[in-house]
Amino acid sequence: MNALRIKKGASRKSAYDLKSTYGDEIETHTLAVLVDNEAGVLARVIGLFSGRGYNIESLTVAETDHAGHLSRITVVTTGTPQVIEQIKAQLGRLVPVHDVHDLTVEGPSVERELALIKVAGVGEKRVEAMRTSEVFRANVVDSTLESFVFEITGSPEKIDAFVEMMRPLGLVEVARTGVAAIMRGNAG
Amino acid sequence: MTRQMSGAQIVVKALKDQGVDTVFGYPGGAVLPIYDEIFQQNDIRHVLVRHEQGATHAAEGYARSTGKPGVVLVTSGPGATNAVTGMTDALMDSIPMIVLTGQVPTFMIGNDAFQEADTVGITRPCTKHNWLVRDTNELAKTMHQAFHVATSGRPGPVLIDIPKDVQFANGTYVAPAKADKGHYNPRVKGDMDRITELAALMETAKKPVIYSGGGVINSGKAASMLLRELADATKFPVTSTLMGLGAYPANGDKWIGMLGMHGTYEANMTMHDCDLMICVGARFDDRITGRVDAFSPNSKKVHIDIDPSSINKVIHVDVPIIGDIGHVLEDLMKVWKSRGRKTESEAISKWWGKINEWRAKDCLAYTQEGKIIKPQYALQRLEALTKDHDRYITTEVGQHQMWAAQFLGFNDPNRWMTSGGLGTMGYGFPASIGVQMAHPESLVINIAGEASWLMNMQEMGTAIQYRLPVKQFILNNERLGMVRQWQELLHGERYSSSWSEALPDFVKLAEAFGAKGIQVSDPDDLDDAILEMINHDGPVLFDCLVEKHENCFPMIPSGKAHNEMLLGNASTEGAIESGGAVMV
Repeated sequence: MNALRIKKGASRKSAYDLKSTYGDEIETHTLAVLVDNEAGVLARVIGLFSGRGYNIESLTVAETDHAGHLSRITVVTTGTPQVIEQIKAQLGRLVPVHDVHDLTVEGPSVERELALIKVAGVGEKRVEAMRTSEVFRANVVDSTLESFVFEITGSPEKIDAFVEMMRPLGLVEVARTGVAAIMRGNAG
Repeated sequence: MTRQMSGAQIVVKALKDQGVDTVFGYPGGAVLPIYDEIFQQNDIRHVLVRHEQGATHAAEGYARSTGKPGVVLVTSGPGATNAVTGMTDALMDSIPMIVLTGQVPTFMIGNDAFQEADTVGITRPCTKHNWLVRDTNELAKTMHQAFHVATSGRPGPVLIDIPKDVQFANGTYVAPAKADKGHYNPRVKGDMDRITELAALMETAKKPVIYSGGGVINSGKAASMLLRELADATKFPVTSTLMGLGAYPANGDKWIGMLGMHGTYEANMTMHDCDLMICVGARFDDRITGRVDAFSPNSKKVHIDIDPSSINKVIHVDVPIIGDIGHVLEDLMKVWKSRGRKTESEAISKWWGKINEWRAKDCLAYTQEGKIIKPQYALQRLEALTKDHDRYITTEVGQHQMWAAQFLGFNDPNRWMTSGGLGTMGYGFPASIGVQMAHPESLVINIAGEASWLMNMQEMGTAIQYRLPVKQFILNNERLGMVRQWQELLHGERYSSSWSEALPDFVKLAEAFGAKGIQVSDPDDLDDAILEMINHDGPVLFDCLVEKHENCFPMIPSGKAHNEMLLGNASTEGAIESGGAVMV
């Protein structure tokens, strides 16, 4: 019986190179972290990730309950299942953190990101950019004779695809908000 | 009735209401209003240290020997940065500590003012939580919250940064009972299903071991008593981490010694071969596990810890129980008793037979011969001559620390203060001052190496000023002994910067401060010298000249498993492979 299931030789590089006891596949998880909206709370969360060597793929934060002074941090992170569990436990023990939800495992969820995308061009390219934006249901929020700013909402993959389509058509600049996510259904 | 007072008065009032009797600190521009309030009252004693790091370690010593939080008061900028080491130390070892720092006035924050530092920014990763108070009306609430956070759940250091204008301004005082403590409230009761699972495992285990840690001591005296009850009722062997010494008594018959890198052979072999490991308030530190993929390969592992992030961090466990040790052990005993107090007693006595075989190796053996004092011998004599005293031991960090853990016996919790997680040289002397402040009538001894001791030697001034009869028992090998040992084993005996050159004459040094100095080099004089030290009513600097090249054994070399221990010098040849050399 080997209860550990640790890869052989896993610890040989360093005392701190502690490989997963579950598996080594890297997973991507979206965490919703409800925190007191107080000074320095974001620094605490980010410091935790950098100090312990965790990854941040995307991070959004805003106050979501003005009366309760609560903010919601949505963080997309990657790691082995053991690392993901550690991240959740480490976040959970920060004093200003109320709740940590792993939207990736707690059931179906909706993830959306907003991007503003500036495209400059004239003639056929300009027409093509406009046509493509309609296919992606992007809105024009600013236009000049030589440029558009599109507003697009969707999954990060959809925004990636739109950005790639715009690249040959005169892509100038991209601003993205990062992912906001919420559980489907009536549970809070 | 609202009570208006200045911020500085609020600080002192809150400390009193929280039951604080001693504060360790050092004044400076940004905390003068608080020092002015301290001057005008008699309930709280302020201990003036000689360096802010000393204040933090003294507070740790006070906290660990009393179970109450230690309190530190320092100024802004360098006062705060000097306290960083002690806060990190307290965080690693889960010591409750409240650090109050002065800050430049709110309207000057961010201007690079004189003695300004971003204290909350600097200390965010080395505190459990910290606060910058910008409004005097928030001060009382924050003070009470700080005590709550520092002492509940897994204890740790917290810091409150108080700008000078907030100390001067008037605000409303709120009593502890009426203050909003916030939502922080870690659970203390363990899951009953899991506890029942553990009770069932205890009934069928043939080769069990209890692996206890500092969490048992942090949980309070009752937890230590329950641990003893558990071990005595089940006859399960008990080993402990460095931090947990004293929770189960060293003179108890289930005691198999400390485990880990310099733990006993029997403890490590027991851990390696067991079929049920009950981890009680320990965290599978790398000093304990050795090579993790070879760590106790055939056991069911149960982990009781109040901190969910400790579970599965290093070692995957089969039964995690999140809760306070005292509460969980109480429930466990109830469940196990109600199920009929069953154990595999026959198998367990066979298991003890095996353990006693390992014990027969006598892994701590050494030979004292000739005219040079072996450090082990010095500690053994110290143990023999002081064990019946009301005694508290602190240590610095290095070989002497491991020998102290091996050769001194601790029969009660809160009697052993050492820097375990961070390994802070310079911890022991100020810690002994904190312990002696809390226990003025007790015998307080700091086991030190000469190099560690010099790191905070300025605290001799504090010991003299407050008439603290702390005994500084220095095992002087004129080496950074543990560094030297690793260089011998790992770096081809190239002793790079690991000797103590230009050492002071410790006897004269003691006398320069107005303390007593004793030097001893002959084993025949040792007992008399130790007795002279104990009987002297005042601080003593005891300079014990010992064998210079003694290595600390047994030792699990880095990168090796528990069953690959080195027992003595003869076995060291080629013991550590290049793969293990990168570990610390």
